[in-house]
Amino acid sequence: MEAPHGTTIVAVTHAQGVIMAGDRRATMGNIIAQRDIEKVFPADEFSCVGIAGTAGLAIEIVRLFQVELEHYEKLEGNTLSLEGKANRLSSMIRQNLGMAMQGLAVVPLFAGYDKERGEGRIFSYDVTGGRYEEHSFHSVGSGSMFARGALKKKFQHDATEAESIRMAVDALYDAADDDSATGGPDLTRRIFPVVISVTAEGLRRVPEDEVGAVVEAIVADRMTRPGG
Amino acid sequence: MSTPFYVSPEQIMRDKSDYARKGIARGRSVLVMTYADGILFCGENPSKALHKISEIYDRIAFAAVGKYNEFENLRLAGVRYADLRGYQYDRSDVTSRGLANAYAQTLGTIFTESGKPYEVELTVAEVGDSAADDQLYRLTYDGSVQEEHGFIVMGGTSEPIAAVIKGEHVPDADLDTAVRLAVRALAAQAEGGEVRTIAPDTLEVAVLDRTRPRRTFKRLTAERLGTILGA
Repeated sequence: MEAPHGTTIVAVTHAQGVIMAGDRRATMGNIIAQRDIEKVFPADEFSCVGIAGTAGLAIEIVRLFQVELEHYEKLEGNTLSLEGKANRLSSMIRQNLGMAMQGLAVVPLFAGYDKERGEGRIFSYDVTGGRYEEHSFHSVGSGSMFARGALKKKFQHDATEAESIRMAVDALYDAADDDSATGGPDLTRRIFPVVISVTAEGLRRVPEDEVGAVVEAIVADRMTRPGG
Repeated sequence: MSTPFYVSPEQIMRDKSDYARKGIARGRSVLVMTYADGILFCGENPSKALHKISEIYDRIAFAAVGKYNEFENLRLAGVRYADLRGYQYDRSDVTSRGLANAYAQTLGTIFTESGKPYEVELTVAEVGDSAADDQLYRLTYDGSVQEEHGFIVMGGTSEPIAAVIKGEHVPDADLDTAVRLAVRALAAQAEGGEVRTIAPDTLEVAVLDRTRPRRTFKRLTAERLGTILGA
């Protein structure tokens, strides 16, 4: 059985919060199943989740996760702590272990702004629901090793939001460069990575034209230096 | 063995109604009214933790008066109903009409079948894309539903408040004007009563603002209220 999957998701912390970005390609074997799929979602007002693995299951898990966070907030009158949200996602992934054993794994990346600590934080998961806090940056999906390599060289602790967006999109470019299941920016159709930024002010999806400008700058730079 | 007295069903219902009405009239009033960008909820509530006004869903909110534990129970049921509906189907399939019906069923059953009716009155409000699409439902302790237009005053001594609003309510007023009118109305007393002012920190004020994306419910902070009422 084949179901759409494949991905690179990256998350980068910076002085004001955290950035998450994901490519737009879904593959089924050697076929590109969809070229404009979205794999990075807002979880609530201060956190986001990116998904790698089987698209159908992953999107359903995200949908339930969003409902659960909002439901908790309305019942209790205040939001879950960032750790609480990360733990909840962990148990949802663990429930999918049976499917993962049959080859339909879902591996999310969770990031958000921790209001108590006043900083952006990143959590990664394995198929058993294991939850690991990552520092500075992280990446998941089939192209993650290339993206992580790029981020390792480029990461700066004191980067601004704009610099971090550039870093994240740059890393996705490197992932798409070497991984066939990760889509590069599509300048002809103007399909660009989904980028979400979370800061103390809340979550915002970086507008298409802003990401487009970053992508164009990257492509222009790579005309002279293909390695970035 | 003594024979129990016969009590007619009319008498039982009347007694239950009187009991519920008394309970509801004991507290402070809550006022719900439309304004240019949506629906305004305003009530006196010294507690910052126990709310009378709450978000139910993207475009739907809930206001209640009466016994806290009873309406809190209904609020939780409403949030559960809405979130489940929205998850099973789609967010646009959650409507205030459906929710009002569910509440009416619950309240009606409790009123007829249990010994003690709920001492509550509820408003379920939904903000539409335009003022003409705004919906206000009043639900009373016996499960009856009324769709109202413009405003609803619930609980406490509501007549003098309703009189002020009826005379001065302007559907296309901006938020600040609407809040000032609401607070002035809430302070209104029956004829001969003393004039009183309500401190901003004893008010609970929230809006369903149609200009906000997705979740339209927003509480107004004491700071914001202070600025509006001070001006």
